[in-house]
Amino acid sequence: MSKRLFSILLVSVLLISLFSFSVLAEFPEKPLNYIVCFNPGGESDITARAQQKPLEEVLGEDVVVQYKIGGGGAVGWSELVNAKPDGYTVAGFNLPHIILQPLVREDPGYATEDIKPVFIFQATPNILAVHKDSPFETLDDFVTYAEENPGVITVGGSGSYSANHLGTLEFNQEAEIKTTYIPFTGSGEAVPALLGQHVSALMTYTTMGIRHSDEMRVLAVAADERVPAMPDIPTFKELGYEYVEGAYRGMAAPPDTPDDLVAELADANLAVNEMPEFKNQLEDMGFQILNIGPEEAEELIADRVEYYKEILVDVGLL
Amino acid sequence: MGEILLTATIAIFTVKNMLFMLFGVSAGMIAGALPGLTATMSVALIVPFTFTMDPVSGLVTLGAIYCGAIFGGAFSAILVNTPGTPSSIGTTFDGYPMAQQGKGEEAIFTATFASAGGGIIGTFILIFLSVPLARVALRFGPPEYFWITVFGLTIIASLASKNILKGLAGGAFGLLISMIGIAPIGGDVRFTMGIPAFQGGVQLISILIGFFCIPEMLRIAGNLQKQKMQAVNVEKQTGVLKRSFLNVFEKPMNFIRSSIIGAFVGVLPGAGGNIANLVAYNEAQRASKEPETFGTGNPQGVVATEAANNATVEGGMVPLLTLGIPGAPPAAIIYGALMLQGLRPGPELFSGSAHITYAFMLSFLVANLMMFIVGILGGRSIFKIVTIIPAKILVPSIIFLTILGSYSIRNNIMDVVVMLVGGLVGYLLKELNFHPGPIVLGLILGPIAEKGLVQGYLMGLSRPNPWMIFFTRPISIVLIVITLLSAGWPIYRELKSKLQKGEN
Repeated sequence: MSKRLFSILLVSVLLISLFSFSVLAEFPEKPLNYIVCFNPGGESDITARAQQKPLEEVLGEDVVVQYKIGGGGAVGWSELVNAKPDGYTVAGFNLPHIILQPLVREDPGYATEDIKPVFIFQATPNILAVHKDSPFETLDDFVTYAEENPGVITVGGSGSYSANHLGTLEFNQEAEIKTTYIPFTGSGEAVPALLGQHVSALMTYTTMGIRHSDEMRVLAVAADERVPAMPDIPTFKELGYEYVEGAYRGMAAPPDTPDDLVAELADANLAVNEMPEFKNQLEDMGFQILNIGPEEAEELIADRVEYYKEILVDVGLL
Repeated sequence: MGEILLTATIAIFTVKNMLFMLFGVSAGMIAGALPGLTATMSVALIVPFTFTMDPVSGLVTLGAIYCGAIFGGAFSAILVNTPGTPSSIGTTFDGYPMAQQGKGEEAIFTATFASAGGGIIGTFILIFLSVPLARVALRFGPPEYFWITVFGLTIIASLASKNILKGLAGGAFGLLISMIGIAPIGGDVRFTMGIPAFQGGVQLISILIGFFCIPEMLRIAGNLQKQKMQAVNVEKQTGVLKRSFLNVFEKPMNFIRSSIIGAFVGVLPGAGGNIANLVAYNEAQRASKEPETFGTGNPQGVVATEAANNATVEGGMVPLLTLGIPGAPPAAIIYGALMLQGLRPGPELFSGSAHITYAFMLSFLVANLMMFIVGILGGRSIFKIVTIIPAKILVPSIIFLTILGSYSIRNNIMDVVVMLVGGLVGYLLKELNFHPGPIVLGLILGPIAEKGLVQGYLMGLSRPNPWMIFFTRPISIVLIVITLLSAGWPIYRELKSKLQKGEN
């Protein structure tokens, strides 16, 4: 008798919980894990931190930033692709990193296709900058000198196989010049090398140009249009070079995350991007605000994979 | 400037800011004392909370946490031979032997005086010498960093003076471990054994815990029957506070020299407390009249490392505030906080927002004074607690903490595995009389040396002989001379003592 009562009770509890689950299953219903794959204080971290509070407002749940640092992001991304695809684990992702690492490393622990883009919310176009005392006043001076003295100009930048590295190679090709690229570990380490005049120029990001505008002269910016925070700086395109390059940053989910959850997260990202305070804060620092949703992002990545393959083959690195 | 200093002082001394700083210093000390939670992580954890504060409160809180965390590392270094942060590696060399001799409290108090004092000297350097120092720091390019690391490697000679060959072998082993992961230049994948987590390299903190803490815990556990049941010895002593004070200030040269070394190493971007404390230790030993007592519980060793590491905190703020270049990883996080507060490091900070900047700088004075008080009170209680707990409870608890700590470095189980394997290797090496110092020195200096070497070579590529760039720049030449002197010193000392013996 009591056994029967117990089973009835159990079944009803199960039924109720099942029912309530389907009714209450409003995503999200618990805190979100936001993996940051780069050192605290860098671009990826600062912008994820800037998103954190507004995202919490939009989603109505806590967003917990978790650091999984190393290997130029690969350590974090290799964990992301193995995480549960329930929408509660997301990570910041960077282009071109997630494309270049699987191309040049034997096993970075993830494949580009495994990383499911949710939203690309900002980008930092490359800039070419020189020390304020440098003899190069314009991009023309720079190119002319490089033509006359092949390989003498040293260009510092953040890392190997980064947007700065590839960008230097692309610009060398486009302008038909030869410069020596010197990789530093992060933009933060490249800047002192320029300020101390240990390198002739930097291929770095817009953010660095804004931060150090008193100490460096920006010759051109590798964006389609001029960047709001540096309206006086011409684009390479304006100066006659088909060269657009930079780092894109966004949020990604594990493979097989349901599309409706991805869409919901993308909406939240969009809502944050549209907050004037957030937008101004990032633009003042030199970031370009972008609204690239999941499908568009996937297309962009697919396009860039082919594009980078071509460049790497051209310069003999692949 | 006087007027700004005055308004800045008023801005700090509000009840709210005092409470925030007290919280910051205490929380930092706890985090620093726990192996695995570094200064970088503790600052990063608090950053989001500072977004809602006004700039002064936010910054002084972060500064206080940073100071506290660097100091807190001394507790675990002294009591359980585990550097709580890489900045306290050298503190284990003499601090832990002091604790074993029953002078743990004296070691902690000495560390407290030295840390607070070093921090205060660092603050004065920050306030008055920022601009010229930042200019000097910029003159250090890749070739100079290469030579600094070569100089750093000569420290092995002092660390392992009893057996120089084993020291060199240890240093080479450390350099080899440092090569695991993605090459800093060129991006090649090296020795990762197919494990994705190794792309990020072997974590210094895992190795520190493994090499310093685990072997000692195993030793204590192994000797339990023979010994009494406590892990740390206590001898009833009086006048400990006064003796600790005298350790630091009676012959203040060591303390002052170490603080200056710390501040200057802190100013250099890319070199921080992990290097400063070892350099200061080396110089203290070299200047000492009784260098052979270093490593056996000489309080001067603790003075050197702790004064130096707390001076790096303020030193690291020099390039950050003047040029917008973080001098150390925690400074990079404070940079992020500045940016999100709408402040842009550089000359602007010293004109438009000077009142905030000077308040931030001055807050380091206050933070270090608070650190002193909390350190004396907290140090006494933590010492009591550790000495009361029987070893059979203490040892497993600490091992448990080391597992948590190494996992928390970057939430990766591989770091725990590395720590445990490192512990076993460290135990074997200890039995074979290898000092862990040279190994971690190699691990710390390896990546910096590699970057300096390759970047320097690339810089020199346009010359007829690329390698000449390493021998022609003035600062490089100075560093080469210092390196030769440093490497030759142990030989000179040995010769001299032999000659003296001959005379007798």
